[in-house]
Amino acid sequence: MENIKVIVGLGSCGLAAGAGKVYDKLKTIKDANNIKFDLKKTSCIGMCYREPLVEVVDSSGSYLYGEVNEAKLDEILEKHIRNHEPVKEYVVKTEKFETPDNSFFNGQVKIALRNCGYIDPESIEEYEAREGYKSIKSIVANKMSQNDVIKTILDSGLRGRGGGGFPTGLKWKFANNNKSAQKYIICNADEGDPGAFMDRSVLEGDPHSVLEGMIIGAYAIEASEGWIYCRAEYPLAIKRLIIAIEKARKKGYLGNNIFGVKGFNFDIHIKEGAGAFVCGEETALIASIEGQRGMPRKRPPFPAEAGLWRNPTNINNVETFANIPWIINKGAEAYAAYGTERSKGTKVFALTGKIKHGGLVEVPMGITINDIVFKLGGGITDDKKFKAVQLGGPSGGCIPEYLGHTIVDYDSVNATGAIMGSGGMVVMDETTCMVDIARFFLDFTRKESCGKCTFCRVGTQRMLEILVRITEGKGKEGDIETLQELAYQIKDSSLCGLGQTAPNPVLTTIKYFRNEYEAHIKDKKCPAKNCKPLLTYNINPELCTGCMLCKKVCPSNAIDGERKLVHSIRQEDCIKCGACFSKCRFNAIYVD
Amino acid sequence: MRIARIREKKQEDTIEVVDLKLLDPIIEKFKFTKGNMIPILQHTQNLYGFVPKEAFVKIAQETGLKLSDMYGVATFYAQFRLKPVGKYIIKVCHGTACHVQNSTAITEALQEELGVKDGETTEDNLFTLESVACLGCCSLAPVMMIGDETFGKLTDKSSREVIRKIREGEIGTPCKN
Repeated sequence: MENIKVIVGLGSCGLAAGAGKVYDKLKTIKDANNIKFDLKKTSCIGMCYREPLVEVVDSSGSYLYGEVNEAKLDEILEKHIRNHEPVKEYVVKTEKFETPDNSFFNGQVKIALRNCGYIDPESIEEYEAREGYKSIKSIVANKMSQNDVIKTILDSGLRGRGGGGFPTGLKWKFANNNKSAQKYIICNADEGDPGAFMDRSVLEGDPHSVLEGMIIGAYAIEASEGWIYCRAEYPLAIKRLIIAIEKARKKGYLGNNIFGVKGFNFDIHIKEGAGAFVCGEETALIASIEGQRGMPRKRPPFPAEAGLWRNPTNINNVETFANIPWIINKGAEAYAAYGTERSKGTKVFALTGKIKHGGLVEVPMGITINDIVFKLGGGITDDKKFKAVQLGGPSGGCIPEYLGHTIVDYDSVNATGAIMGSGGMVVMDETTCMVDIARFFLDFTRKESCGKCTFCRVGTQRMLEILVRITEGKGKEGDIETLQELAYQIKDSSLCGLGQTAPNPVLTTIKYFRNEYEAHIKDKKCPAKNCKPLLTYNINPELCTGCMLCKKVCPSNAIDGERKLVHSIRQEDCIKCGACFSKCRFNAIYVD
Repeated sequence: MRIARIREKKQEDTIEVVDLKLLDPIIEKFKFTKGNMIPILQHTQNLYGFVPKEAFVKIAQETGLKLSDMYGVATFYAQFRLKPVGKYIIKVCHGTACHVQNSTAITEALQEELGVKDGETTEDNLFTLESVACLGCCSLAPVMMIGDETFGKLTDKSSREVIRKIREGEIGTPCKN
């Protein structure tokens, strides 16, 4: 009889949740030889909210266990692995019976993430067993011309998944048209958007798909050298990429005369980023690889003409590359069958924030935001009121709840003032203050502005100052108009995407949540009860029992009262730390 | 202030006498590669935990890279430090997901626990507290990273607990970069 397989998800988030300990324990048990089973590793399957995840595959099927700790593991070992009886109450995903978490996978279409969570990312054999390197081999075997490859990608309708949405096939065509002895292909893995981790998951879970995508790209544009520019904050992704590249070299998939084609030379290097958000912009990224400060350059000339070391260069995002082998394998029509008229295929989103099922989802373009939030995401944490989703990180914007029917494709999202971006989707509920969110993003872009363009460098600083003032209750009449004026000037006068989009979070929050700005400025109130200087803490005399707990915890001695008598807060001494509010056991303290 | 001055001098001494030799293999490896400035600085930082002034000078002398260019690069990228850091670097994530899950409270709790401000190092040289943009573990927000270990779903209390455990030597991996 075949051994039961036990597979542990060891992505970054799994490890953070304690999957390493689970794996070590399983390894000890396996080595002690008390129970027989095969132990394997995989990466993120996307269900981050249930990490650590352990999948048990027996002759009857596959069972995915969630939130596995030592106690649960003992039970699973005893009942399932020793006695072949799945522990139903811990199973989060299986085809055998309904689980409350099945809804997370319904509606997902996995193309870019086709192998994530299914293979051991450090094994090239497991990748090959799932049609890995099949597409490049078929290109070579069928002697597809460069134009054929480019045409397939063009026909598939694939658009840049890094956020720009430029047709990938067209980009390749431009790079192919520029003749040069030396061309480069670059994979942009500088995933800097706070709240996004799609690329990390792909690199950690399926690095070979990115390598294969790059090899196909190299074939199509005749590049001989490739670079993967990866954030240094992703040590695990870098480690797995290094292993993958090493193994691909050994197999002869990278190097000289690869796949038996004379003159097809291509190798890939990894470049570790050094922590600059602006390096996600392609010309800044090129400057960074060249060893300089990551400052954007004027375009044209576009990288396709004069990129890395002034040679023709093609840059695509991680997710874009991961889609390429699938498209070549299954054909352009199969890919274009998903999605809407102008946005084909699927898109990976990192679903985070105030959401029940936070994690990584891949959905066909054209699905509505409501479907993602409520069907896949399971709704808002603690069933609070859904307020908005933030799409596109610091370059994007907030889409309010009443536009939840907006479909996810490049053009529909752009029409709301947000952008598709690389795929970070942060869900916000009624307790999130939109002015504070705008301030948060502006603070980020201000810090990350490279300083080349005056409007971006100084303008974001001025906008931030106004926003800080508003959240501190010092906003004044006309602030909103000044913010808008500055926003448009920064957009018009900046060289690169960072400056051109930095004001988006402010503009969209003003557009959809102007009443919140006005409440801060005119009434000096924060409707979401988030901006501390605008809050007042009060004691409800009907609920106060005079237990004196709040008086004890108050760090500024702002609470008066005797035992068994109603307490009160002296507002002039209150520092609004909220200690009394969180300590009160009778809900007698309310925030206004 | 006096204590700080004495400590600084000590470090300079050790580097001058011992450590600069450690740079040789790095310089050897990258001397003739195109675009070598960032990797050289990254490796230097991995060695010392920061990029010492003396290392800049030595690299400039031996590779021909310009001091001004190197200083420009080292101050442009967030990764590079020009001052020594503690044994454990605490990177508190302030990405969007962590922000909406109140990562500010985590930083405040740690500031109180450690008695330092954001970006500073404790007197015993054990901890450096930093804020980072996003660690990419958004679904476990709020998150912090110490060495190669990530701690998720933090609260005011649990983040202090982590520090205490490291102090007592129960957990923790020191990290140089």
